[in-house]
Amino acid sequence: MPSVSMTVNGKAVSGEVEGRTLLVEFLRQNLSLTGTHVGCDTSQCGACVVHVNGESAKACTVLALQAEGAEVTTIEGMAQNGTLHPIQAAFKEHHGLQCGFCTPGMVMSAADLLQRNKNPDETEIRDWLEGNICRCTGYHNIVKAIHAAAQAMRG
Amino acid sequence: MYAFNYHRPASIDEAISALSGASDGTVMSGGQTLLPTLKQRLASPSDVIDLGAIAALKGIREDGGAIVIGAGTCHAAVAGDATVRAKIPALAALAEGIGDPQVRNRGTIGGSVANNDPVADYPAGLLGLGATIKTTKREIAADDFFTGLFETALADDEIITEISFPVPQKAGYAKFPNPASRYAIVGVMAAQGPAGVRVAVTGASEGGVFRVAEMEAALGGNFSAEALAGIGVPEDNMNADIHASAAYRAHLVGVIAKRAVEAAG
Ligand SMILES: Cc1cc2nc3c(=O)[nH]c(=O)nc-3n(C[C@H](O)[C@H](O)[C@H](O)COP(=O)(O)OP(=O)(O)OC[C@H]3O[C@@H](n4cnc5c(N)ncnc54)[C@H](O)[C@@H]3O)c2cc1C
Ligand code: FES
Ligand code: FES
Repeated sequence: MPSVSMTVNGKAVSGEVEGRTLLVEFLRQNLSLTGTHVGCDTSQCGACVVHVNGESAKACTVLALQAEGAEVTTIEGMAQNGTLHPIQAAFKEHHGLQCGFCTPGMVMSAADLLQRNKNPDETEIRDWLEGNICRCTGYHNIVKAIHAAAQAMRG
Repeated sequence: MYAFNYHRPASIDEAISALSGASDGTVMSGGQTLLPTLKQRLASPSDVIDLGAIAALKGIREDGGAIVIGAGTCHAAVAGDATVRAKIPALAALAEGIGDPQVRNRGTIGGSVANNDPVADYPAGLLGLGATIKTTKREIAADDFFTGLFETALADDEIITEISFPVPQKAGYAKFPNPASRYAIVGVMAAQGPAGVRVAVTGASEGGVFRVAEMEAALGGNFSAEALAGIGVPEDNMNADIHASAAYRAHLVGVIAKRAVEAAG
């Protein structure tokens, strides 16, 4: 079996995988990082969004071997020393989640938006969330949370 | 997904030899179409040759009067590129409207063009702008490249390396997206440039992307939305599905073509 090595949340990791093993399977099964969810497994819902070399990607539509040598960040890598990332804190504060299933993907997707656009307006936030589906919230509080997080991160 | 052997060549030559050494190999670029296809077990290649690590396939450059985009360049890179935005804003807008940010971060122009999905955006972009597709074997004009539903002029062992777009004087892209997938129900690229006046339509036809000669003739005299008044396309061969009937799509072609011309400014 081929082996794969990458950096996940700042830590060097490696493991044996098949050619067909998905990045999300490697994260959840080999590394037990179950914060990255699988909602659809058909590239539609965005529950599985992680960052690969700093850019958001659907981990259900990336092979583990495609991430050879990459820097991967998952939701588990967002809080630092027990302090929530400002986006996580804003989701909590603004009730940006109900069941929480979509939340890891929402937070990782939002983090990619805010690194490109420090001050997105409501339309830009909603457009950016095109690939993230939430069955609970109606999106309104998610948009509010991302807006607030952007403000907090600008300081 | 069925099992396959995975290869990650670092050069185009290595990719070609991996492909010719495989009993039933396929190349993969961004994987945003291929991986969903493999998951559905609609294909079972013996070998997947990932082009993602080949630096020579990535990047955008200006070459004389053309913008040349490497086949492995992702949609987000095209959408955000300063040269593309300045020289062919319609192409940047097209790339910006594909799928969602995560698909745009990984999906590539080469993969989209090779796939020739009848509802994909790039086929209309290439045909409407009169682009040339460069492969490991030859150069193919967009007019000769898209040969039908998911069909192209590519041979099995041929890899797209780059796509060259002549810079137009004016070009506009407009699409009526499927509200769920963002693929085009109808998408139109209208352009006036070195390749003449061209109108290319994606999403609408069962046979994939096509040009509309009557619209091109009308715009040749007067490149404005008014010139398209009353020009329609026949309902025959239009796609019909739960999203839109053939008559609705035929009507939309006229509406979206006008919007494309207006977007060209
Ligand atoms: C949720 C979702 C929404 C989408 N929405 C849209 C949309 O709105 N509009 C749109 O146009 N597309 C859309 N797409 C498709 C997306 O643009 C894909 O990225 C694209 O069609 C394929 O590019 P890829 O790089 O991922 O190719 P891959 O999936 O890697 O490959 C696709 C095919 O092309 C072949 N191929 C790849 N590269 C080459 C090459 N260099 N030479 C020869 N053959 C090659 C492969 O063998 C394969 O058969 C969407 C996809 C998803 C998952
Ligand atoms: S699980 Fe990856 S997009 Fe839904
Ligand atoms: S909070 Fe339940 S799916 Fe979004």
